[in-house]
Amino acid sequence: MANLSANFIGIKSPNPFWLASAPPTDKKYNVERAFEAGWGGVVWKTLGSEGPPVVNVNGPRYGAIWGADRRLLGLNNIELITDRPLEVNLREIKEVKRKWRDRAMVISLMVPCDEDSWKDILHRIEDTEADGVELNFGCPHGMAERGMGSAVGQVPEYIEMVTRWVKKHSRMPCIVKLTPNITDVRKPAEAAKRGGADAVSLINTINSITSVNLDDFSPEPMIDGKGTHGGYCGPAVKPIAMNMVAEIARSAETRGLPISGIGGITTWRDAAEFMALGAGNVQVCTAVMNYGFKIVQEMISGLSQYLDEKQIGLPDLVGRAVPNVTDWQYLNLNYVAKAHINQDDCIKCGRCYAACEDTSHQAISMSADRVFEVMDDECVACNLCVNVCPVDNCITMVPLSKGTVDPRTGTVVGDYANWTTHPNNPSVAAE
Amino acid sequence: MTNSPLTPGIVPGRLPAAAYAANFNDHTPPLDRHEARVAADRCYFCHDAPCITACPTSIDIPLFIRQIATGTPEAAAKTIWDQNILGGMCARVCPTETLCEEACVREAAEGKPVEIGLLQRFATDTAMAKGLHPFERAAPTGKRVAVVGAGPAGLACAHRLALHGHDVVVLERLPKAGGLNEYGIASYKATGGFAQAEVEWLLQIGGIEIRNGVELGRDVTLAALQAEYDAVFLGIGLAGVNALHAAGEDLAGVSNAVDFIAALRQTDNLSSLPIGRDVVVIGGGMTAVDAAVQSKLLGAENVTIVYRRGQEKMSASGYEQDHAVKAGVRIIHNAAPVRVLGKGHAEAVEFAYTEDTPEGLKLRPETFTLKADQVFKAIGQTLTGAPDALPVAGGKLAGPSGKVWVGGDCAAGGEDLTVTAVAEGRDAAEAIHAQLMGH
Repeated sequence: MANLSANFIGIKSPNPFWLASAPPTDKKYNVERAFEAGWGGVVWKTLGSEGPPVVNVNGPRYGAIWGADRRLLGLNNIELITDRPLEVNLREIKEVKRKWRDRAMVISLMVPCDEDSWKDILHRIEDTEADGVELNFGCPHGMAERGMGSAVGQVPEYIEMVTRWVKKHSRMPCIVKLTPNITDVRKPAEAAKRGGADAVSLINTINSITSVNLDDFSPEPMIDGKGTHGGYCGPAVKPIAMNMVAEIARSAETRGLPISGIGGITTWRDAAEFMALGAGNVQVCTAVMNYGFKIVQEMISGLSQYLDEKQIGLPDLVGRAVPNVTDWQYLNLNYVAKAHINQDDCIKCGRCYAACEDTSHQAISMSADRVFEVMDDECVACNLCVNVCPVDNCITMVPLSKGTVDPRTGTVVGDYANWTTHPNNPSVAAE
Repeated sequence: MTNSPLTPGIVPGRLPAAAYAANFNDHTPPLDRHEARVAADRCYFCHDAPCITACPTSIDIPLFIRQIATGTPEAAAKTIWDQNILGGMCARVCPTETLCEEACVREAAEGKPVEIGLLQRFATDTAMAKGLHPFERAAPTGKRVAVVGAGPAGLACAHRLALHGHDVVVLERLPKAGGLNEYGIASYKATGGFAQAEVEWLLQIGGIEIRNGVELGRDVTLAALQAEYDAVFLGIGLAGVNALHAAGEDLAGVSNAVDFIAALRQTDNLSSLPIGRDVVVIGGGMTAVDAAVQSKLLGAENVTIVYRRGQEKMSASGYEQDHAVKAGVRIIHNAAPVRVLGKGHAEAVEFAYTEDTPEGLKLRPETFTLKADQVFKAIGQTLTGAPDALPVAGGKLAGPSGKVWVGGDCAAGGEDLTVTAVAEGRDAAEAIHAQLMGH
């Protein structure tokens, strides 16, 4: 069984699976049970300044979208940071950390955007023996209206400033948690790096309205006839999160900045994908809210099996896919593939035909007895037929070998060549 | 209770009173809302879907399933009824395993088709429970059409004609409308008086008058109908029953399966129905299965279906055969009755094994005898009472003739199924409409 122990910016944990700062990490009771289940670490639910705690709504905090069998695909929430007294949280964090020395204990923080507030909270947590801090610049609801959370995360200068304060007033490793509710995630990541952050974590939740009540005409979740945007998470956000992780991992300015990957991670495979895109570890929330802490057992066994089968160690996985994330302009325009339908596997549903005929390139023929075949002289290899086919691996993309003639274009498949040198590229023609 | 399954002879009340309700309950319970959503999600929404082709009424199955999946079973019901106004009954009695569900690509993929029949029932039940009848009659045309027979073909024809604004008079020889839906379907397939409820629902279209107790040839002639009406549709079914042509056929205890099934459907006290201890059903179709299974459910100790050819030739589907076997019915293939034995009353049936030869079915010398205090004949129905003027082909009415149209089991073409009858009645109505309106 592969060794899954991880060292993320000096914070050690028996596996790279942490629970993200969220309701599951709100209190000692939960966190201890998570550790018993096998989680490698937690980021404790965000603490605020000393004083009267925040209050939450007393109606529904979560909204969701589902698949047909009520499979939860996406969740959003309007819960704020911890609503328990600061001293209770601090006492419990210390108790848990002392009892679970081998697990990572990171404290999430969100206080007003002034140096004294940050200095004060950092001072207050010093005694907990926690392993690090995570700056919550991500939550898009509620606290953002008060100038915290994503309100900070959307202004790179603030990120840099606050990160600098934190590094000035604390010796703890510092992770900056980023909001996806921006146009270019590299800017806040660069700001965090300039401010001295040891790592970034992303993504926090995405501004969202999950559904509208068509009887009461209110967004869900509905509080007394009204709703507000919440933070979207769960499997639905994973593709967005992975792109943002990859953008930071491959950017010249932020390359090498450790990343804690977050966003819809539900299985070991999701985790492995994030790590291949550069995440040094991963954080999970929605999946445990959906299935409970026990899922970590599958994540541990699955990642371990995968690493064993690949005969690589965990550090070898991290960032392994990053060199293959590129810009469109560098994609090989001389790579030519054709869809191929395996007639033995085909169940004759005709979905490929409908998709290609109605919405793509009219490259699939249909016979009277429902035999569906790809017309190579029309197929542009768009992959839509593969995506809509209900049978796994029935339709595959078969690359043409070099030297063969593409029946669609009549040209010979040649060596690698991309848009930067293509004759149709105006910037090439101009030279 | 004095009788039990072991009591000799044909006696009522073989079971405890409570057993009847349980035995004759809905044999395929309906889907609830969540089950329907999950079942609907399995539909691939195939292009030019094979299930539509397989449906004799060509219901747009992928569309109605998608309408269920998106929370609008009422719209789904409309999609079904547009093609098949008896979609509620067809959802219950169609042999879907040999029609839409056999054609379903998921049957090919994994041997588990989308549950089209159950989904159709969910949609139509939901809409009917809401009292919806989403059709409105066209302006009256002043044309009058006589429909003979209030079975599936006649009702489908009548509804479509009424929809187009024609006035329809339906003549029915039996006391209730519905045809085989009312008199010929196993009780556990159409529980809760569904057949009559569906007829009442169908009549909401307006413009249809049903006259019960009127029989063609006895009470009215075809010539008179042709004289009085602008068009005539005959959906008179197959009222005759084939004989065994075996000695002892007239002994007491030997009767027609269709009469037994009808009696079951019409009784309001199942425990009062007499049933044999040893029941033998002769035949290989749906009627044989329905009679045999219900004999068992009434408390018969031993029930055997005997079919003269091999299993592959049985017109009861594999699903129906399994249903019978699971109910405890024994099925014997390749045997034909030679004589019914007994003194005044059936006591046993002697069978000879058969052999399918190029010259036809032949009796072999080997014989066996089954104890039988009750024998049901289920070897097919025949056309009777058809007006002499109409052309007959292969024992069935050949097709439209002058202003007379035909459809359902009495008409040539298609299988003898409710759904086929509906399609033929509907299509005849469209043809009549086109002719009456000069289209």
